[in-house]
Amino acid sequence: MAIGAPHPETWLKVTPAGLYCEPGGFYVDPVRAVERAVISHGHADHARPGHGAVLGTAATLAIMAARMGAGRIGVPQALRYGEVLEIGGVRLWLAPAGHVLGSAQVCLEWRGSRAVVSGDYKRQRDPSCAPFLVTPCDVFVTEATFALPVFRHPSPEGEVAKLLRSVALFPERTHVVGCYALGKCQRLIMLLREAGWDRPIYLHGAQQKLCTLYEELGVKLGLLPGATVANKSEMVGGIVLAPPSAVQDRWARRLSDPVVVAASGWMRVRQRAKMGGVELPLVISDHADWDDLNRTIDEVGAPEVWVTHGRDDALVHAMAQRGIRGRALHLVGLGEEDEAEPAPDDAAVPA
Amino acid sequence: MSLPAFAELLERLVFTPGRNAKLALLRGWFQAQPDPDRGIGLAALTEELKFSAAKPAMVRELVAGRVDQVLLALSHDYVGDFAETVALIWPVREGVNAPPPTLAEVVEALETTPKAELPALIAGWLDTLDATGRFALIKLVTGGLRVGVSARLARVALAEWSGQPVADIEEIWHGIAPPYLPIFRWLEGQAERPDPLDTPVFRPLMLAHPLEDSDIAALEPAAWRAEWKWDGIRVQLVSGPGGRRLWSRGGEDVSGAFPEITAAMDFHGVLDGELLVVRDGVVAPFADLQQRLNRKTVGAKLQKDHPAGVRLYDLLFDGTEDLRALPFDERRLRLEAFVAREQPRRMDLSVQIAFASMPQLAEVRAGARAASIEGLMLKRGDSPYVAGRVKGLWWKWKRDPLSVDAVLMYAQRGHGKRSSFYSDYTFGLWRPDGQGGEELVPIGKAYSGYTDEELAWLDKWIRAHTTARFGPVREVEKELVLEVVFDAAQLSGRHKSGVALRFPRIERIRRDKPASEADRLDNLMSTIAAPPPAA
Ligand SMILES: [Zn+2]
Ligand SMILES: [Zn+2]
Repeated sequence: MAIGAPHPETWLKVTPAGLYCEPGGFYVDPVRAVERAVISHGHADHARPGHGAVLGTAATLAIMAARMGAGRIGVPQALRYGEVLEIGGVRLWLAPAGHVLGSAQVCLEWRGSRAVVSGDYKRQRDPSCAPFLVTPCDVFVTEATFALPVFRHPSPEGEVAKLLRSVALFPERTHVVGCYALGKCQRLIMLLREAGWDRPIYLHGAQQKLCTLYEELGVKLGLLPGATVANKSEMVGGIVLAPPSAVQDRWARRLSDPVVVAASGWMRVRQRAKMGGVELPLVISDHADWDDLNRTIDEVGAPEVWVTHGRDDALVHAMAQRGIRGRALHLVGLGEEDEAEPAPDDAAVPA
Repeated sequence: MSLPAFAELLERLVFTPGRNAKLALLRGWFQAQPDPDRGIGLAALTEELKFSAAKPAMVRELVAGRVDQVLLALSHDYVGDFAETVALIWPVREGVNAPPPTLAEVVEALETTPKAELPALIAGWLDTLDATGRFALIKLVTGGLRVGVSARLARVALAEWSGQPVADIEEIWHGIAPPYLPIFRWLEGQAERPDPLDTPVFRPLMLAHPLEDSDIAALEPAAWRAEWKWDGIRVQLVSGPGGRRLWSRGGEDVSGAFPEITAAMDFHGVLDGELLVVRDGVVAPFADLQQRLNRKTVGAKLQKDHPAGVRLYDLLFDGTEDLRALPFDERRLRLEAFVAREQPRRMDLSVQIAFASMPQLAEVRAGARAASIEGLMLKRGDSPYVAGRVKGLWWKWKRDPLSVDAVLMYAQRGHGKRSSFYSDYTFGLWRPDGQGGEELVPIGKAYSGYTDEELAWLDKWIRAHTTARFGPVREVEKELVLEVVFDAAQLSGRHKSGVALRFPRIERIRRDKPASEADRLDNLMSTIAAPPPAA
């Protein structure tokens, strides 16, 4: 921070609607409808409907329009990664976050003091989106979904290999993988394609819209027939992707002797997988694990780190030991989509 | 690579509910792994091989030396299981490029390493493994590997993989120690079947088919022998110069849990019988026997309060003479002579029931209400003793079940093919609530008996009448009456209602009956029989 520059807490404030940049007059990922919003990525807990004006990457805006209808997102303004905008004296630009297609860190600079709001991010390789870019800053605002040292994600390629071994071992069954419709689903498809799986991958109806959009945005996913219209015998020995709530419920009855698979960072803890009735847990996450959270904090070099959502206690403790000041923001309303901690029981899904 | 492969097998077995899927996983293991690791892995799964070299406290110290205490405590609090916490939190050491150990290396090193060097050895192994591998290793070296693979299931998998009959495998199994090299050589067609000599091996039991009403008319009374079917556990007693063993029906060694029985086996031979808790000649309900099961060792007080005995059904070997090919009637005479000669303590003969006609026998069966009697056994007088369930030789004729109209209270999701259905039902009966009203008290849980149509209907009803959710369990409105049948009701101090049902299942859904007219707990209690007659 330049000498004499204002501390970010004087111009970037926690309000009930979310993080508010006072001199710029805009919010980052607000949890309620506001006049002007900057959106980090398209997950529903970050991208909400009804704002006056929204700013984000073109992919994020397209995802929002596809999910909630173009009329409900507000007046859109697209920004390329690295393109700088000045709003009320605040310099603003977006840097890739490696979380899902279009996901961005929101970088803000005012009078020589710089804050970077990470949104959700990961450091693992993901062929379906641009990789995370380290941006040095004075305050780093991080997520903390998996901020416990027990969460250390293995290589996703190894997890996908595990899935394919299981498909080979049970050729008479259908593997149904519970995964979130935005990001995880497309990443899994690409990982499967890279591992040599070129057969069709069947999709639950809820996954189809975003896969089509990814394709339109230039991400090639291969043949993706609908599972709802495919016949049971055709899917034997195959792979089906469905929302986590559907894989165990009535919808899955159309599959023959399904192997219930889940792809999520929470699968690292056995009790979690057991509770969900998962037969093959795969630890594949779109959030940074414990090591990557700490590595990222060290790499951005911020003397102060704010934790938006997830678990803050362990992370704040670990940072303190390295002389980094941690501050828990306790933002409400975040962490409710993608890999939010699973509820004890999923809601019944219409058959 | 065998420890990581073993870890993956272990993880899959733990999460796989289906028996067929478990068998496929085991076959894959036998196919892919080299000797001796596949045999060691097998023995570890079935707990024929157990280690206690490392104590959990040692693992605790190891991790404490490498991880921040606050982070460890937060993590343990979150994960619950300490071994799992250690497996997940164990920090990766940069620059470790040693390969992970094989199972054989682990076994050998645990046997030869001095105690003082064990911590360093185990820490070194943990450094070479990923989280799944570390979990398997910690569970393995501390003797806490509980995966629910029975020795029986493992042998069925071996039979399916090799194409050899499971009975042939079982008969030599206990004569050969892990890693079972001679067995694998035989199963792969590289050697003759090994000969167990005079080790006390398990011989597969002869089992009975359930007798349907339509079968009865065809039975010629003179050709059949009848005995009580006791509600204990079938056992095989093997005793000779090579040692003594008490085997369960599935070929599990239960000798350790019943030392008074093995102590009484001062004979040379192989017997088939029913293990029971017997007090002053009276057979106690199954619940009493349950207190003695699943124990590796057993204290003096338990032996005194729950004394075990064996009711003898059959004689397979007299000394070294194999009697199994003889007709049942001849074996029975040899059994009677054997008992008269040896007078084994804690054992008696199963009584044969005289009858002249099937209707007469049906009356005898209907008259038995003791909880310790399940019904009758019918054995053809000329039947040889053959392994497994051969139709037409032995019948089990269970007595008609008891029934009760109960109210559905909770439902839980099933496993495997049933995981999308609420298929496990907890039901209850009414009792006074002490304030002038009535309350439901759960009396049991059933997950069978219904048709597919009834299951679909119940699933739908439960979803529409849920009042609360606890994980996979739903509490429902107390409105639906189920007719539940069961084989016996027994007093039980471990259940809130004071009663435990044997084999409860759903007979039918009583949509016609209001919940308030379901049965009272009192009615059920009054049907519980007085102690059964001495045999
Ligand atoms: Zn997200
Ligand atoms: Zn989020």
